[in-house]
Amino acid sequence: MELSDRIVRHLREVVDLPDLSGTRYELREELGRGGLGVVYAAWDAHLERRVALKVMDVEWAGEARLIARLEHPGIVPVYEAGTLADGRAFYAMKLVDGTRADLFLAGDPPLGERLRVLERVGEALAYAHSCGVLHRDLKPQNIMVGRFGEVYVMDWAVDGVAGTPAFRAPESAVDERSDVFAFGALLAFLLPQSAPPALRAIAAKAMSAQPEERYPGMPAVLREVERFQDGLAVEAYDENPWQRVRRFAKRNEVLLWLLGAYAAIKFLLFFARVI
Amino acid sequence: MNKIMVGLIFGALLGAIDGATAWFTPEVRSMMASIMVGSTIKGMIVGLLSGWFARKVDSIQWGIVLGSVLGLAFAYAVAAMPSETGQHYYLEIMLPGFVVGAIVGFLTQKMGTPGQVKRTS
Repeated sequence: MELSDRIVRHLREVVDLPDLSGTRYELREELGRGGLGVVYAAWDAHLERRVALKVMDVEWAGEARLIARLEHPGIVPVYEAGTLADGRAFYAMKLVDGTRADLFLAGDPPLGERLRVLERVGEALAYAHSCGVLHRDLKPQNIMVGRFGEVYVMDWAVDGVAGTPAFRAPESAVDERSDVFAFGALLAFLLPQSAPPALRAIAAKAMSAQPEERYPGMPAVLREVERFQDGLAVEAYDENPWQRVRRFAKRNEVLLWLLGAYAAIKFLLFFARVI
Repeated sequence: MNKIMVGLIFGALLGAIDGATAWFTPEVRSMMASIMVGSTIKGMIVGLLSGWFARKVDSIQWGIVLGSVLGLAFAYAVAAMPSETGQHYYLEIMLPGFVVGAIVGFLTQKMGTPGQVKRTS
């Protein structure tokens, strides 16, 4: 009996499905596939809630232990980890109701919103680095923006993961500055065409080919972004005097208007009396 | 430095500067000392009240509004006071006083350590 391509495809899909017998989860649908495994939506029958289930080969099971150590609002919480009846490793985590960062840009969000997402990512990275954990594969596809504005950094990679070329630092040795490079690439990716040159300069500095020319760590990059948002000068961007004046004027716009109004009133009163 | 101190300092400073500009009105040059003292005190009172308000309410718009109103009110009180020449300079005192009050109101909102604030839009 010959089987049609459609049937063969279906059989392959079925064989690939995780065997959740012995767990409290019921499979719902496949959400996505990555290099390390497949993510499914599932139903937690004990707690009566939807969860995300990542299923992977046992050799990558360290990812779950990695993430479980990290407790931060920007890092998706792990509920459970274990081994399935079919021998594959799995971990259950929060199912994020949102959109990936690369798709989030389709809505053309304003610069402030893009920077807000970026800062949440940076804070999660800074926290992870403080716990001795690197991401190693930061990219827009590994960032979720939730429906209520929450931001999660996903798919933390373990040793041996090479990362994605466009976001991967050129050096072979991986440390915090590799994540800084990827963060700079993420910033460059999130910036609109009309982004201010200071922000582009921050991204460029974070993406310097030489690690020692980048920011030393995530806190330094975040401070630069914060300084930009506060209307202050940033280390990465060398302003000319006119740009400095414009930035000062923008930062103190209300005060300058009030002082201008005072000067104009005094001027008019003086000339009204003289005339 | 708390917001009341910010108000007192900037109120005094801006009040003194505002009073000093009376020198450009030759008719009142003989009263410069009293004008500057009065203007400084006026500025300090506006600054004190604006600073107190800023400790309660965190709103630049309302800070400016209150400062303007206080500046205008106290400037009116000063302008209405009996003068040696019998002349009153309502416009020359109230208009700048209004703007100086607005500036002091703004500065007390922006600067100084806040107290327990009630946030407004």
